[in-house]
Amino acid sequence: MGNGTLRQKIPNQETPMSWNRKHLIDIESLTADEITTVLDTARAFKAVGERAIKKVPALRGKTVVNLFIEPSTRTRISFELSEQRLSADIINFTAEASSLKKGETLKDTARNLEALNADFIVIRHSASGAPAFLSRVLNASVINAGDGAHEHPTQALLDAFTIREHKGTIAGQKVTILGDILYSRVARSDIWALTKLGASVTLCGPTTLVPKEFEKMGCRITHNVEEAIRDADVINLLRIQHERQRKSMFPGLGEYTSLFGLNQARLKLTKPDAMIMHPGPINRGVEIDSEIADSKRSVILEQVTNGLAVRMAVLFLVNGGKGPQEITG
Amino acid sequence: MKSLLFTGGRVIDPANGLDAGADVLVVDGRISAVGNGLAAPEGDVERVDARGLVVCPGLIDLHVHLREPGQTAKETIASGTQAAARGGFTSIVCMPNTSPSIDNPGTVVLIQEVARTQGVVNVLVSGAISKNIAGEELAPIGSLKKAGIVAITDDGHCIQNNELMRRALEYAQMFDLPVMDHCQDYSLVTDGIMHEGYWSTALGLRGWPAAGEEMIVARNILLAELTGGRVHCQHLSAAGSVRLIREAKKRGVPISGEACPHHFVLTDAAVAGSEKFWAADGQGVVGLPPGQPKPAWPCYDTNFKMNPPLRSAADREAILEGLTDGTIEILASDHAPHCSYEKEVEFDYAPFGITGLETELALSLMQLYHSKRLGLADIIAKFTVNPARLLRLKKGTLSVGADADITLIDPDREWTFSRAVSASKSWNSPFMGWPLKGRAVATYVGGKNVWAV
Repeated sequence: MGNGTLRQKIPNQETPMSWNRKHLIDIESLTADEITTVLDTARAFKAVGERAIKKVPALRGKTVVNLFIEPSTRTRISFELSEQRLSADIINFTAEASSLKKGETLKDTARNLEALNADFIVIRHSASGAPAFLSRVLNASVINAGDGAHEHPTQALLDAFTIREHKGTIAGQKVTILGDILYSRVARSDIWALTKLGASVTLCGPTTLVPKEFEKMGCRITHNVEEAIRDADVINLLRIQHERQRKSMFPGLGEYTSLFGLNQARLKLTKPDAMIMHPGPINRGVEIDSEIADSKRSVILEQVTNGLAVRMAVLFLVNGGKGPQEITG
Repeated sequence: MKSLLFTGGRVIDPANGLDAGADVLVVDGRISAVGNGLAAPEGDVERVDARGLVVCPGLIDLHVHLREPGQTAKETIASGTQAAARGGFTSIVCMPNTSPSIDNPGTVVLIQEVARTQGVVNVLVSGAISKNIAGEELAPIGSLKKAGIVAITDDGHCIQNNELMRRALEYAQMFDLPVMDHCQDYSLVTDGIMHEGYWSTALGLRGWPAAGEEMIVARNILLAELTGGRVHCQHLSAAGSVRLIREAKKRGVPISGEACPHHFVLTDAAVAGSEKFWAADGQGVVGLPPGQPKPAWPCYDTNFKMNPPLRSAADREAILEGLTDGTIEILASDHAPHCSYEKEVEFDYAPFGITGLETELALSLMQLYHSKRLGLADIIAKFTVNPARLLRLKKGTLSVGADADITLIDPDREWTFSRAVSASKSWNSPFMGWPLKGRAVATYVGGKNVWAV
């Protein structure tokens, strides 16, 4: 939300500088050029990941704190491995093990970590805006690993990376995001990233979970799943969270699956080269038919692999790296 | 006691329909005469040159959280009344959500005693509607009245049980007390923390729909009609609330409403940060000095979190229209101090509320007077005679014999609100650092000067 602190600009830079942010808080405030720089840098890191020796010294001597105030498995592991491959020193901090339960504020916790000379704070938090808040009270670089229902920028970047790898370009692609949009930080970050890169985004799901306000973010909304998927080049399924049911958002998982689940019959309506994506964890048999999740159309595991390269690229860039031209391995 | 003679000012006393150049004489702490060319009486008389200033009854704010007893890290009666004096207020009504809450006569007496010895303005006490503000059974309203309360309210909470609200309205009539309600339907609002709309969607913050307020305003209108009890709806934020009250008042229903400056200056876009606010809704703010940079703040700034929340530009406009056409007769601050360490947390976890006593007059003058929506007399009425009538106070007037509570106002004075000029213990204001236009330059309580610029 416009709060990425800019690094001091270095004059007479020969290569075009398209990244000069200290933090990665959200996708909304990034330009298309900045997003493309991350994707290009990630491509270079993906090549590094395919070598016998997967480690580079880019963050040697730097300390990264993984501050996970909300439980996470795949994002935390992905960040941790990315940091290891960049040769950083790592501190893992989870809410369960912390003083936060003893009443310490987030600001105090983070300042204590900073007093240990942490250079980067990777934060996951159930409260929207927590990374933006931290970036104002700390000197360290802050990377948002998902905040409430606000944004999950690295997920959107890895989604964009995966689409670009398969389709060659993102501009002009028709992307449908299907599921619980209202509570989804992935949906918001995907919407910003993909629309900035020229894709047209359609949102689909129950009216209770896909409010009209999303149209103002530049999306089309439909509540008819067949219509939503028919012309799509990319279908991104979001996890349906069981606890939403208790909040009277929809009558039950069975009805959800019958109305919106991606099954074989519906898959037949889609373009033959439509990609199936999911940020995980998947509910087999709820939002996605189990066989589809494992089919050739699914790129779910590729997304996980690409997540590593994207997170390495993000850490590299907020550390002052300028772009893929600097990655030699 | 020294006599006072205010000379050469523009005297605005809406209770008496007066708006003219005149002198005001104060003897023994009371208004002795209002007229032209008044002669100073014998003895010790201080002359106050009021040329170029408005001389009006001391302002009344019927919605203030003084936090004492029990929450004195946020504010005390001493600091809160100092802030009131700086804002031009000579009488304030403190809300009962203290610790303990004001649901018993002992707490009323305690506050009155501390106010008498440590306060600099008149502190009037409101009592709880329900025991411990729990919304379950009536507080001892008769005993609270005997101790001196001027209204009942569960402010900060809203009685959800319609039958209890009905009985409160019936019971309070024995004591001629208005029932002031913080209108919020809990089942609809659930855990919402900002206005439900585009900005809550983009920011990923849980929405608090306007209908959650409007529904209780509608309930209150129906219960006021059923019982004949007087309902005052606090801090209106939504267009539908204004529409409902306008319609009900036409039918003579005993209902009233108040508005707070933040709801008619700011909008929900402000939660996304100053850049987005000025771009989306900034044109609705009147009176900022031209050519200067606009005030700046980050996104998710918890000084923009209050209850009810900042709403849409259409709601802001509806509140301004309601103030202009008289639907909303009372201006108030909902002054709600919180410590910095309480506010410097995640937006989800920050307490609701902002301070307001010191910025309230200026922001009201900017949005209503400098915008040319209302004249000064109409605005001053909403700060004086109108709240006095609701609370049955013999205040808010310059009538001969009334307490000499007087505020001198320079409606064009430009100044900047900052920590340095604030007397509150807390700094949780979204208007910190704002250049403002219009200011109380001196405040007198019972003929005694308690504040001057």
